Amino acid sequence: MATLVIAEHDNSSLKAGVTNTVAAAHKLGGDIHVLVAGSGCAGAATAAAAVAGVSKVLVADAAHYAGSVAENLAPLVVGIAKDYSHIMAGATAFGKNLMPRVAALLDVMQISDIVSVDSADTFVRPIYAGNAFATVQSSDAIKIITVRSTGFDAVAATGGNAVIENIAASADAGVSRVVKQELSKSDRPELAAAKRIVSGGRGLGDGDKYRAVLEPLADKLGAALGASRAAVDAGFVPNDYQVGQTGKIVAPELYIAVGISGAIQHLAGMKESKVIVAINKDPDAPIFQVADYGLVGDLFTLVPELTAAI
Amino acid sequence: MKILVPVKRVVDYNVKVRVKADQTGVEIANVKMSMNPFDEIAIEEAVKLKEAGVVTEIIAVSIGVTQCQETLRTALAMGADRAILVETTAEIQPLAVAKLLKAIVANETPQLVILGKQAIDDDSNQTGQMLAALLNWPQATFASKVTIANGEAEVMREIDGGMETVAIKLPAIITTDLRLNTPRYATLPNIMKAKKKQLDIITPESMGVDVTPRLKTLKVVEPAKRKGGIMVPDVATLVEKLRNEAKVI
Repeated sequence: MATLVIAEHDNSSLKAGVTNTVAAAHKLGGDIHVLVAGSGCAGAATAAAAVAGVSKVLVADAAHYAGSVAENLAPLVVGIAKDYSHIMAGATAFGKNLMPRVAALLDVMQISDIVSVDSADTFVRPIYAGNAFATVQSSDAIKIITVRSTGFDAVAATGGNAVIENIAASADAGVSRVVKQELSKSDRPELAAAKRIVSGGRGLGDGDKYRAVLEPLADKLGAALGASRAAVDAGFVPNDYQVGQTGKIVAPELYIAVGISGAIQHLAGMKESKVIVAINKDPDAPIFQVADYGLVGDLFTLVPELTAAI
Repeated sequence: MKILVPVKRVVDYNVKVRVKADQTGVEIANVKMSMNPFDEIAIEEAVKLKEAGVVTEIIAVSIGVTQCQETLRTALAMGADRAILVETTAEIQPLAVAKLLKAIVANETPQLVILGKQAIDDDSNQTGQMLAALLNWPQATFASKVTIANGEAEVMREIDGGMETVAIKLPAIITTDLRLNTPRYATLPNIMKAKKKQLDIITPESMGVDVTPRLKTLKVVEPAKRKGGIMVPDVATLVEKLRNEAKVI
């Protein structure tokens, strides 16, 4: 029994969630191989070989893997799938886009977004925005799985010494191309992997106030910035700030929710956080039901006060 | 060109679901059911494409119990032209949904299928990608803007670090994200008109598709409750608690 982990990377380094996915693979026992498919991806392959517990890194380097389009990656994964009992990727935009395509080509049902491994064929996954957890058993020969990174503590990114093996690239499907990417540039920690998060909602009023009030606090804490769906929909911040059922699922050590009422779909994205602080003017806001520390009042006074006090 | 839009009947997004005492699932008897919100966005996008003259016919499809007809009538009231219900009381998992949709695509030959990126009940986020695989069509998931021109769809996608624009050749699959559009409300005259639109009912058996579930749900439980927190009177107390009690700053 061996598990293949599909690495998400930018050709030179691995994305943060890969070490969490490898941690999920560890729970199964057996060999762990990592697939790095990209264009000029030797750096990412070297990084994958250093991840603790990985025994082999398969590298497919070709120009048509540059955009990580599923139409090109899925046939590559399917081509090597027979060697594996489990194939895993992070439940990120990358993994969610690719893995169901792989599963359907193999005629198996994917197990999405697992948070726990019960056995080689039984897994726990959230349903209904995390308001229930289902334990599901797969009868398929190959288990195709996406992994919620907050469910598994990352393995060390260093200390491993895996063999790197080049494999043949699959053909270019030629049906899709990436026209452009507009990635948010930030010196802050990546939201999905941050230890501290300062998150803002509609209560901030507009994008300028969001930045004026929350950035100094985030700077002081070395925190990532997040937002509720309402704040993203209102255009305060870009979509990749969104925490929630359909945005990012986070579980930092400290989550400070400012001006966020706490809709079910937002709570789904952050209620696994270790310590939750809520600052809101409405004492009845649902966010206070999940908060460890609640502070009722005007956020425009309280947040600067908090920033000054820490 | 024709466009196909699958719609799913789910527990309304405002309902807080309760896990059944016997741990077999969540309580859906006597609970408000609605169209999956992402599927409403898919219907809206199809209607907009029709209004722009790109699309000539919109076919809405649902799979499930008799009451899915209500969901389809909503789609028809929003602007779909006709509807197909694949009626079954069996549990239909995403792979089986994709296989049923593939059979319908073979019959109807649409150039585009727009689906919601995920259903808010099982949160699987699989069906669109699986249908794309089975049809060997390109896919653009998590769309926040769609432009159709010259036999291609140019789609702006929401990805983890920001936005990405892809160009895919038609026929193709698109799945919707939240900010693609704001679905319209069905007006009363359109609701009345929708009652007269064509709605065909077929069964999985008649389509020759094996819909046997591959995943067995062993149990469904409630999430662990967070232990109750406290309200603090002021910022000084909050900082003191974070420093000395929670030890996170």
